[in-house]
Amino acid sequence: MGCQIRMGKPIIEKIIADHTSEEVAPEKIVWLDIDVRSARDFGGANVVKNLETNYPGESHVADPKKTFFTFDCVVPANNLGYAENQQIARVFARNNLPRENLYDVNAGIGSHVMIEKGVATPNSTVVGTDSHLNILGAIGAFGQGMGDQDIAFTFKTGKTWFEVPYTMRVTIDGIPAKNSFAKDVTLGVLEQLGSKGALGKSVEFYGTTVDALDLAGRITLASQVTEMGGIIGLITPDERIIDYCKKRSGKDFPIHKADADASYVEDIQYDFGGIEPRIALPPNPANVKPVAEITGIKVDSVVIASCTNGRYEDFAVAARILKGRKVHNDVMMKIVPATQEVYGQMLKNGLIELFYQSGAIISNPGCASCASGQIGMTGEGEVQITTGNRNFAGKQGKGDTYLASPATAAACALAGEIIVPEI
Amino acid sequence: MKKPTNLSGKAIVIKDTQGKGIDDIDTDMIFHNKHLHITDINEMGQHTFGNLPGWEEFPSIVTANTILIVGKNFGAGSSRQQAVDCFKALGVIVIIGESFGAIYKRNAINSGIPLILAPDIMTTTLNSGDQMTIDLTTGEITSEKEDVQSKQVTPLSKVQLDIYNAGNLFEYGKSLE
Ligand code: SF4
Repeated sequence: MGCQIRMGKPIIEKIIADHTSEEVAPEKIVWLDIDVRSARDFGGANVVKNLETNYPGESHVADPKKTFFTFDCVVPANNLGYAENQQIARVFARNNLPRENLYDVNAGIGSHVMIEKGVATPNSTVVGTDSHLNILGAIGAFGQGMGDQDIAFTFKTGKTWFEVPYTMRVTIDGIPAKNSFAKDVTLGVLEQLGSKGALGKSVEFYGTTVDALDLAGRITLASQVTEMGGIIGLITPDERIIDYCKKRSGKDFPIHKADADASYVEDIQYDFGGIEPRIALPPNPANVKPVAEITGIKVDSVVIASCTNGRYEDFAVAARILKGRKVHNDVMMKIVPATQEVYGQMLKNGLIELFYQSGAIISNPGCASCASGQIGMTGEGEVQITTGNRNFAGKQGKGDTYLASPATAAACALAGEIIVPEI
Repeated sequence: MKKPTNLSGKAIVIKDTQGKGIDDIDTDMIFHNKHLHITDINEMGQHTFGNLPGWEEFPSIVTANTILIVGKNFGAGSSRQQAVDCFKALGVIVIIGESFGAIYKRNAINSGIPLILAPDIMTTTLNSGDQMTIDLTTGEITSEKEDVQSKQVTPLSKVQLDIYNAGNLFEYGKSLE
């Protein structure tokens, strides 16, 4: 095209450029080298079947060291379908991968395990059968969920094709109210953007509110970009994140910042100073209101868990509220750590004891109520508050699911009704 | 083996009774979920557009070498592969559309069906039955209709050509050995 003026690049284009030999620009489809290829118990067995049917008698894994299985949806399997699928994937992993690349039913949510174990690092490319793998944007990595055919192909070849997305910039400034947390900020963004607000785009988050978020908070924000329709939400790693990832991976990695003159298709600013706790009403995650507007609704079940809010920091907040108090008689309270490591921290610091004393059901790490009911489903008419990321009709049973922060969830568990948490 | 990149055929333009392009045709309109149990690709064809009002007879009007012309957001909705494969079964050789659903695009490319982006193809005088040629590598259209001839369309990317030439994504994987 001759002398076209080249604008600077946003983060996603720099990460992609590091993993392809082709020219990178929005709408271009490129072959992308994938650093981490993974499948979970959902979809994993189909990945294996695709490989066996399409490549009979051949080796199925281009690079075993870079290939992983993470079981997290229904762990341990509570129905025959999952048990069989896990076993298919387990046997395949044992035969084809290093033993440590199989994170079995005890490990926890795959995306979190990959961060903790240093498998995913800033600037790395990671694909898997989990539609929330873009959570890795929290550490400045490119994560993407794909179908089982696509993932089988990546196992086999180490690459996939990808259409470079446009990028939008969302800047959030201000200090939220004392009883508001990363989840309230995230729901606040969803409230403004809606379910298609980031459709097909990469989102870069900036601003003082985002700068203040620790790893757990960044994970919360990045995890719901899927519900905004986005490809991924990227947060430039700060020193804390870089140190953490270096320690965990034992590796060095480039950190890409967006160019000052990067081109954005949209540039949005929010002032979230003093933002009050938010809650998403059924039946979709963008149906957000201030908690104060819907107080008084009776609550039957409360879940603190998931890839959105299942980290130690999330449970620590809930513990502050539950300490020395009992969960309401009519409430089932379920606590599910995201990973085995989080479980261990909770055990060591007395949180498990504290939750036990308050009357909670405590489960082993996994996706909890989110996918196919690791810790049970809701019945018709049941009102459930969860710290998860989706509340579509029927996904967690027939009841009505609301999405809120761990603080709001814990307060509701004590009150037996929807209530604004006090900190 | 390289496949032909210059494709000639007869257009079928998916319009409504007012002659306007139909946008947002989702995968349930293309291939209804009640047929999802069908795994034989040859059987899939007969259900194509079975749920798109006015186009239920589509399978009987398709001839070999059909070039399918569609509107905006074609293939929105679920991730079912059948919504792509049913066209393959009927002899559709290329789909030209104003825009496509993201997953549909992945599935079509992966199964080796060329998808060509032509932002306002529906505003041209192109009609069903018109003979036309498309060059997948340059995006050049040859047609008797002048306004069609001059349309700027996006040629296939290298990735799409790689997979198209191999047949599908898995065949392409074999070619890398
Ligand atoms: S917690 Fe839910 S959204 Fe997160 S990875 Fe598990 S199933 Fe997916």
